[in-house]
Amino acid sequence: MRGMEADRARWILIAVVVVAACALPFVVSSYRVFQFNLVLVYSIVLIGLNLLTGFNGQISLGHGAFYAIGAYVAAILMHHAGVPYWATVPAAGLTCFVAGCLFGLPALRLHGHYLALATFALGVAMPQILKYQGLEHWTGGVQGIVISKPKPPLGLPLTQDQWLYLFTLAIALLMFWIAWNLLRGRIGRAMVAIRDHPIAAEAMGINVAAVKTLTFGVSALYAGVGGALGAVVVQFVAPDSFVALLSISFLIGIVIGGLASISGAIYGALFIQFVPNIADQISRAAPWAVYGLFLLAFVFLMPTGVAGFLRLAWARLTARRAAAGGPIREPR
Amino acid sequence: METKRWLRALALAALAAAAFAGCGEQSGYEQGVSDTEIKVGSTNPYSGPASAYGTIGRAESAYFKMINDRGGVNGRKINFISLDDGYSPPRTVEQVRKLVEEEQVLFLAGTLGTPTNTAIHQYVNSRGVPHIFVNTGATKWGDPKNFPWTMGFNLSYTAESRIYARYLLENKPDAKIAILYQNDDYGKDYVEGLKKGLGDRAAKMIVAEASYEVTDPTVDSQIVSLQASGADTFFNVTTPKFAAQAIRKAYDIGWRPLHILNNVSSSVGSVLAPAGLEKSVGLITALYFKDPIDPQWANDDDVKAYTEWFRKYMPDADFKDAFNVSGYLIGQGVVHVLEACGDELTRANVMKQMASISDLQMPMMLPGIKWDTGPEDFFLIESGQLARFDGKEWKLFGEVVSAR
Repeated sequence: MRGMEADRARWILIAVVVVAACALPFVVSSYRVFQFNLVLVYSIVLIGLNLLTGFNGQISLGHGAFYAIGAYVAAILMHHAGVPYWATVPAAGLTCFVAGCLFGLPALRLHGHYLALATFALGVAMPQILKYQGLEHWTGGVQGIVISKPKPPLGLPLTQDQWLYLFTLAIALLMFWIAWNLLRGRIGRAMVAIRDHPIAAEAMGINVAAVKTLTFGVSALYAGVGGALGAVVVQFVAPDSFVALLSISFLIGIVIGGLASISGAIYGALFIQFVPNIADQISRAAPWAVYGLFLLAFVFLMPTGVAGFLRLAWARLTARRAAAGGPIREPR
Repeated sequence: METKRWLRALALAALAAAAFAGCGEQSGYEQGVSDTEIKVGSTNPYSGPASAYGTIGRAESAYFKMINDRGGVNGRKINFISLDDGYSPPRTVEQVRKLVEEEQVLFLAGTLGTPTNTAIHQYVNSRGVPHIFVNTGATKWGDPKNFPWTMGFNLSYTAESRIYARYLLENKPDAKIAILYQNDDYGKDYVEGLKKGLGDRAAKMIVAEASYEVTDPTVDSQIVSLQASGADTFFNVTTPKFAAQAIRKAYDIGWRPLHILNNVSSSVGSVLAPAGLEKSVGLITALYFKDPIDPQWANDDDVKAYTEWFRKYMPDADFKDAFNVSGYLIGQGVVHVLEACGDELTRANVMKQMASISDLQMPMMLPGIKWDTGPEDFFLIESGQLARFDGKEWKLFGEVVSAR
């Protein structure tokens, strides 16, 4: 009984959040809509990274590279081939899926810190690969590619920002749903088993190599979808947009949001988007020092991420109420 | 109990809604002007890979502080809002949207960087926000037909190159030129400008080209191969660190060409001194600012005023850093445009005044190098003067050369 009620409460909460997210672009200014649009974009990347790092235990410091590939696929398709923006999103995702699987193959041999370094190399190299002269015809070199902003279809009475936000929200919900489905099934259990004990997982008949490679691919796919949407939102791609710090920000995002938590992606995305701005407002002279303080505060106060903190707070709240009058139950 | 939970949820939702509403747009004076204030926006890399340029933004703020201490422009204080973009184009888009949509600035001035300004180029032009004194040397900021709201500040890289081309055609028409350039838009603009300036003779005069990446450790091998080409003229299109390496290496391997160094790296303190002053003798560059540490301006009233401002408003900054001069100049430019606007402080008028600057001699510009714009001419600075390094300082020579 109790479990069902908690389940129902969770679904209601999710419904409220979705409704609030849909209503958001109609109550805030278009600048804020743009910012929240970026939050959605980052949250897609963060779920993907969380599949890889949180659930499968593979650390990536190079997801900015897949994000960049997704962004460039979208920009090149729109600019050179006149492909509509919505069609670039699956194309970017697929390209990154292939790239992720290819990178995942050699990465299989690397564990822990070594994998982190290998992926970091990818993240560091990406801006320079994008500047490479041989690709300049396509990538625009250091000049980058300017994209024009899509208009709402069918003459809907929306601004460009509102439309793009809702479009991104729809894709984000789809991606969240896919991740949720993936994780609660056989594949999800296999991913977690490999993270917790790869030898035992293998003994149980899980194809460790295949699962790890595919997880890498799917994770890159998420980054690519995010990258494509990010490019359309910002209307510009250039090598300077995808520096190594971006990859590190993504990792910070999932740790702050909560490792191995789907909802953590949202909190992490909010952190990536807003904390640098807050830091900049607090101190113009040393914004990164303030950012560092925020980071330390979060890590110390919420060692299991925002998602873990909220879960704990919710559990305490219900437990206290249960103690105050309700039926006594075991804490879950 | 159930109702209590709902109440709590409702309260939370209301709180969240209030927080979001608080973020909304503010009303009030349109477009950042009131009887007492004018809002001007800018972005600068105060953090990140290009944070060395951050001092330009601080100099701009310090200049407006002085103007405000003296009562502002026509009784209005300048509220200069300069935000950090870390040289990241997506951040620039975000910050500029904040300036335009939230802060409601009248216009943008002195936004720094080529990729960062490219990212906002369309946005500001579609919204009709003046985007002036754009602080990069790229040529694309002077395109009034397609981008009527954007105008650059610096002498463009191509224009500077044309000045060198003109000098070579007049003084060394048989030069065999070797070029070293940074492999990006900045380097390529210079090379293209030189080729255009040389015209038909470019193919014959340029005998070797070599490029390097910003991330390369040295340019030694490029210098060796350029020397091997038999060139007697060296066009050095490099940023400070590489410029110092190139000057030293060329000297050390006994290569003594006519050595033309781009203005970007003309700083005596941060380029020529590390390279070796005796190795830098005979270098040629094009200048357009007065360098405040150059002894020849020691008694110049304008430089004295600059020094006085610097000591009072930027006491902690590095006086030798010539970037501060461009911040000071952009500040003066903004004040000039605002004064010209009078009380008609509209975006259209700001752009109109920006495009009607006529033969204006600004204090920190070299004598004879004037600001001049027009409805069809969106290039503010279009001339420079050549100077030769004598082992101690840059000695100006020849006339002011127009690159037009």
